[in-house]
Amino acid sequence: MNYLEHIGKYFLMLKQVFKKPQKWSVFREMLFREIEDLGLKSLGIITFISFFVGGVVAIQTALNVDSPFIPKYLIGFATKRSMILEFAPTFMCVILAGKVGSYISSSIGTMRVTEQIDALEVMGINSLNYLVLPKIIATLFFYPLLISLAMFLGIFGGYVAGILTDLFYTEDYIYGIQLDFNPYFVKYALTKTLVFAFVIATIPAYHGYYVKGGSLEVGRASTQAVVWTSVVIILLNYFLTQMLLG
Amino acid sequence: MIEVTDLYKEFNGAPVLKGISTSFEKGKTNMIIGQSGSGKTVFLKCLLGLHKPDSGIISFDGRKHTELDIKTQRQLRQEIGMVFQGGALYDSLTVEENIMFPLKMFADQPMTEMLDRVNFVLKRVNLTDANKKFPAELSGGMQKRVAIARAIVMNPKYLFCDEPNSGLDPNTATVIDNLIQEITQEYQIITIINSHDMNSVMEIGEKIVFLKNGVKAWEGTNKEIFKTENEAIVNFVYSSNLFKKVREAYLNETK
Repeated sequence: MNYLEHIGKYFLMLKQVFKKPQKWSVFREMLFREIEDLGLKSLGIITFISFFVGGVVAIQTALNVDSPFIPKYLIGFATKRSMILEFAPTFMCVILAGKVGSYISSSIGTMRVTEQIDALEVMGINSLNYLVLPKIIATLFFYPLLISLAMFLGIFGGYVAGILTDLFYTEDYIYGIQLDFNPYFVKYALTKTLVFAFVIATIPAYHGYYVKGGSLEVGRASTQAVVWTSVVIILLNYFLTQMLLG
Repeated sequence: MIEVTDLYKEFNGAPVLKGISTSFEKGKTNMIIGQSGSGKTVFLKCLLGLHKPDSGIISFDGRKHTELDIKTQRQLRQEIGMVFQGGALYDSLTVEENIMFPLKMFADQPMTEMLDRVNFVLKRVNLTDANKKFPAELSGGMQKRVAIARAIVMNPKYLFCDEPNSGLDPNTATVIDNLIQEITQEYQIITIINSHDMNSVMEIGEKIVFLKNGVKAWEGTNKEIFKTENEAIVNFVYSSNLFKKVREAYLNETK
């Protein structure tokens, strides 16, 4: 199957996904379960990574800014900008693509090969709407919160790195993160997050839903899902940056 | 009654079903038998609407399944119960939640009524004290019972079973066979079983459709199967010495 066929099939899948849920109470139940599985359970890794990435960005900036003519508050400024603009929305979403993408793809793929999806269809349930729509809503709702937290923790990680390494004064760092704060950058980051959240929920779902074969194929589909989700995130990141900041 | 007329289906140019016509009546256990690759599963999936036939008519009590729009097809499917080969139970749900699932989706009942119905069908399949267990904690036979319970919880008009005995020991297989037959007669539903378990066929096959290379090679009852001279079905059913002897004994007895 060529790429165009995959793209066409992906959009046809979305057409089935965006239908009115057959039973709102069941949809709500699924939505809360997905928020827990796709969002809350990612809280730990996002907290851990963003904190340390922020720390590393601050240390590296401090080590590379040793000229007396460059003010030290630039360390805080650079850490804030890189966390808000790139590290939190893009880097964290690539990590989520790996963690959540493989989960979505393998869970739906396993349902396919064990005939659980056929069972849904035989009951008269729109399986794509039932399985995928709650995932999309859950990621769209929760990932902006997760990424906002990542921004905060990254900047905080830089502050802690300053205290632990004595490479810069925390007063300079705090002045730097307050300097030239542009709220539009947060809006830009959250817009990117929403687009990436949609990609993270739908591309792995596509790979899992249309898998054929057994456990080996489910494994392959899971790998492909992570690769393609990451590729699409990186490409969209380029175009969105050009569109929103260019 | 389910009527099938001139059903054709091919995959990538290779014909799998070649003009099958037959009918299945209410209150009877109908069986589709045939060798692996004969088209049984594709036939069953066409009846269920999981595969779209290339041509032909499938009619459920006068409603032509193949001509219905997706919404009406989904409504018709709510009248169908299906027991899958592997059970197809939802791993993350308990036995109770699995059985309650179709009720939650389609029945506007309070939780207590739904629980009563779940307990009723669990009792009907002789499975009690398993409500809170997960499918992985059950034996193969118990999983099949849960799958049957889920299939009948909505009071279906049509019950489909794909290899309901596969992977079960002979005793449990007989229990499952008898259960399906009892349910069929009790609720007067149309049951279609896809099987190559000859014990089941002889035991409960009130109508048997034998498929060979995508065509209907024979049809009849489990009594007629002893007397038939049709070469294809004789070669298939009496391939083992045991069944050959059973047939000889039956023919000698009825002479």
